[in-house]
Amino acid sequence: MAGLLLSPTEKVFILHGVQDDYRSDGRSNIDYRPMELETDVVSHASGSARLRLANTDILVGVKTEIDVPKPDKPDCGKLEFFVDCSANATPEFEGRGGEQLANSISNMMQKAYHSSQAFNLKQLCIFEGKQCWKLYIDILILECGGNLCDAVSLAVKAALFNTRIPFVKAALMDGGNIDLQLSDDPYDSKLLDVGSAPLLVTLCKIGDKCVVDPSAEEENCSVISLIVGLTGDRKYYYPKDADKQQSVESKCTTIGMNGPGSVAPKTLKDAINQGIVAAKSLDEALGQALLKERQQNIGIKKHSYGFLK
Amino acid sequence: MTGHVSIRLASERVNACVASGSELPRFYTPGEVISGMQDFMRGHGTYAEDDCLKASVAGVMQKVNKLICIRPLKSRYVGEIGDVIVGRVLEVQQRRWKVESNSRLDSVLQLSAVNLPGGELRRRSAEDEQMMRKHLQEGDLISAEVQSVFSDGSLSLHTRSLKYGKLPQGTLIKVFPSLVKRRKNHFHNLPCGISVIIGNNGYIWISPQKHDLMVEGNVDEIQNYDMQPVTRSDRETMARIKNCIAALVASKMMLDDTSIMFAYEESLKYELVKDLLDPEAMLDIAFLTQHRINNIMEE
Repeated sequence: MAGLLLSPTEKVFILHGVQDDYRSDGRSNIDYRPMELETDVVSHASGSARLRLANTDILVGVKTEIDVPKPDKPDCGKLEFFVDCSANATPEFEGRGGEQLANSISNMMQKAYHSSQAFNLKQLCIFEGKQCWKLYIDILILECGGNLCDAVSLAVKAALFNTRIPFVKAALMDGGNIDLQLSDDPYDSKLLDVGSAPLLVTLCKIGDKCVVDPSAEEENCSVISLIVGLTGDRKYYYPKDADKQQSVESKCTTIGMNGPGSVAPKTLKDAINQGIVAAKSLDEALGQALLKERQQNIGIKKHSYGFLK
Repeated sequence: MTGHVSIRLASERVNACVASGSELPRFYTPGEVISGMQDFMRGHGTYAEDDCLKASVAGVMQKVNKLICIRPLKSRYVGEIGDVIVGRVLEVQQRRWKVESNSRLDSVLQLSAVNLPGGELRRRSAEDEQMMRKHLQEGDLISAEVQSVFSDGSLSLHTRSLKYGKLPQGTLIKVFPSLVKRRKNHFHNLPCGISVIIGNNGYIWISPQKHDLMVEGNVDEIQNYDMQPVTRSDRETMARIKNCIAALVASKMMLDDTSIMFAYEESLKYELVKDLLDPEAMLDIAFLTQHRINNIMEE
């Protein structure tokens, strides 16, 4: 990542640690650092979430708007991702410094959500061919502590889980135009089905092995990292009708690579398998946390904890 | 083979405060009026405006007779002569290195202020100026002592002793400089077989203890020795100490060899080092350490 220098001896120490499956803070290669999650932090957004993973801090807001569907997909809604790298994270993001990173993350998310098996865009349809919901997903990176992609994808999924879309009360047909009347009551709204939404898992190749959830120092040691987008499992998010559906194998929606290095085919295969395992445990933990939070504030949320410690 | 993932909710956030006294000092925010101008003297962290004394930083007040200072809660490192620091070489320049030391301005290490490895005496020649990068290059970590402070507040360092110089394998933790206690000695060989350098600038270096110091060995031999893998048991102890320091810092406790060692001993009840990353375990360790320190103070 950004502008971190490491001495050769520190790099050697990290490298040997990864080979030994024992990293500098005692984690093994497939362990994540503890995370903190809060949803519904931004009161004027349709849905929002804040995720903190060690020093990485992500805030996601979802905004809804009515739009005309694409002619080739008349029954689908739209998603748009926008990433903003705050200059608070590192001074390098000042001005246009973070643009490249922001674009690569938003492209990655766009690709991961593209498949209909990952996110069903039909649930955003209002009138086939005429009107649909467009979700603007704004991602704000407030602090960088390594492993941005994973944190972003988790926060996005949490924000979508929290998103409420108002019901349409009435519609007036006036020639070719449609006039919609939306419900004013914020609780007269529907929730999205995000169970299968994808999560990104970054696998950092250090030496011959891959690690999950790299810290900023570890990212600095690797020449290449693989980013794997994997679909989630509905059963973690909707436990009530869990028995009705079969457990789904997670599917790979996107693979990206970062960095100048190269990967051997066998390493790639191993890395993807490692990613699937990691994504599954991430998905399960996220589902548990989200359900717990929803249970805690049925109806109105008492107060938000926000950023203050 | 399953990884360990834990996602906590913000509502379950742990308050990391371990201070026993419930009374918190009064905090001043920048621009807040401290007092009228009457007959107080303006100290660091304050300014005078509209016949009032106001705080220019966020912090707590310190009063010495008539002198009022505001000590900031969070600040960069302000160096003093004789401080031990850990820094990172940023740039190799003409006859000097630029060193990042967590202070407002980058510090300077003059070529004339270093001892060459192996105790070799430096010949002042052009050749040895060209060899500078061989000695210390960009990204290298060094331990050094503050030799003098320039008028703009930047520091001049020296490594003219065997204990200072380039650091071998290990890990660095960055903490607030205000949490480091000023002590006679900042190089500690802990009884658990790990050596720790607690830099006054808030950079703490953890490395395995060197068993045989090869002062006599030539440069290549030392380099070779530096690249040997660290044993698993040393690695575990280092990770444990790293997580213990992180726990103490999260609870804003002062760091020195005793508090680190107490935290280490208390942490032994958690068998897996990665369990110490959990906020509750961190609070537990900080609390127990505080308790032990209080006990010692009473005796």
